[in-house]
Amino acid sequence: MDYLLSFLIVTGAAFTFIGSLGLARLKDFYTRLHGPTKATTLGVGCVLIASAVYFSFQEHGVSLHEVLVTLFLFITAPVSAHLLSKAALHLKLHSLAARADEARTDAPD
Amino acid sequence: MMRRLLPHPILTLVLAVVWLLLVNEFNAGQVVLGLLLGWAIPLFTLHFWPERVVIRRPFTLLRFIAVVLADIVIANFIVAGRILLGPGHVTPAFVTVPLDLRSELAVSLLANTICLTPGTVSAELSADRRHLLVHALNTTDPEGLVQTIKQRYEAPLKEVFEP
Amino acid sequence: MIETALYIGFTLVGLAVALAFWRLLRGPDAPDRILALDTLYVNTIALLVLFGIHLGNNIYFEAALLIALMGFVGTVALCKYLLRGDIIE
Repeated sequence: MDYLLSFLIVTGAAFTFIGSLGLARLKDFYTRLHGPTKATTLGVGCVLIASAVYFSFQEHGVSLHEVLVTLFLFITAPVSAHLLSKAALHLKLHSLAARADEARTDAPD
Repeated sequence: MMRRLLPHPILTLVLAVVWLLLVNEFNAGQVVLGLLLGWAIPLFTLHFWPERVVIRRPFTLLRFIAVVLADIVIANFIVAGRILLGPGHVTPAFVTVPLDLRSELAVSLLANTICLTPGTVSAELSADRRHLLVHALNTTDPEGLVQTIKQRYEAPLKEVFEP
Repeated sequence: MIETALYIGFTLVGLAVALAFWRLLRGPDAPDRILALDTLYVNTIALLVLFGIHLGNNIYFEAALLIALMGFVGTVALCKYLLRGDIIE
């Protein structure tokens, strides 16, 4: 049990760190968006599941309410990402990808 | 009559489960209270839920969820690898995916799925709801990416939520 | 065993918070800063949950849930502001 918990905690923290590293390191806004939405969400999900497992075994009774936060994060992270990229397209931010300008023309205001 | 009293049975169940998770207890009293809340809240917020959700093939939906969960984990390792390799190793691209889906729920589910899975973020839905603009972190084959999205994620959603 | 893992976890998430904070200060554009704030609150959830395991106390979960709710609403409100120049329409 200890091994599983430690594995979940370290993996989760590592993914969280990699997500933020992507945020700090990559060159344009659209690529930066990928780190936090995917890696960080999975990382925090791992940590929350570790917490659920830990408290389920420590106290007498199942503790599942961490699942609620995990679900909430998995639902909200894509929505924030979508809105952020929409805002970035609206502001016509510089992008490394070639098709950004062409794509702008058929997008609504 | 049934429709008036219980307009959204799925929403009722989901709300009851969320209530049980929130109080973190499982006993008869909380189940009844959760079901009561799940019955009352959809009635009071009826105007926010114009369409009734119908799931046509539950097993296809379950298989879809399993596929997406597995893909999330795989996609995360790929994205993490790209980030660790550094900015020189990504080839971002904007891709337009033509949509066959019509129902609002299915389109939002597809957009959310695309955000969580294979190194892509959905950026913008065109005004006529026919095209989804997708930003991919690392792709050399945009056509292949569109095909993958359509076959892997759009087809099952269409089967489940549309007649 | 778990204590060591927790300390590694604290260090990594702490570094993640620092990186997000750096991006928040650096910018260069408004969406970058909003994204940094978004990452910051998700990292804070991880930090709180790890701290809860460390202390063996379940009460930190409530704080994590509230941060998740408020953070999401905040991000959406800021994005709406960028898109429309107005929050309440």
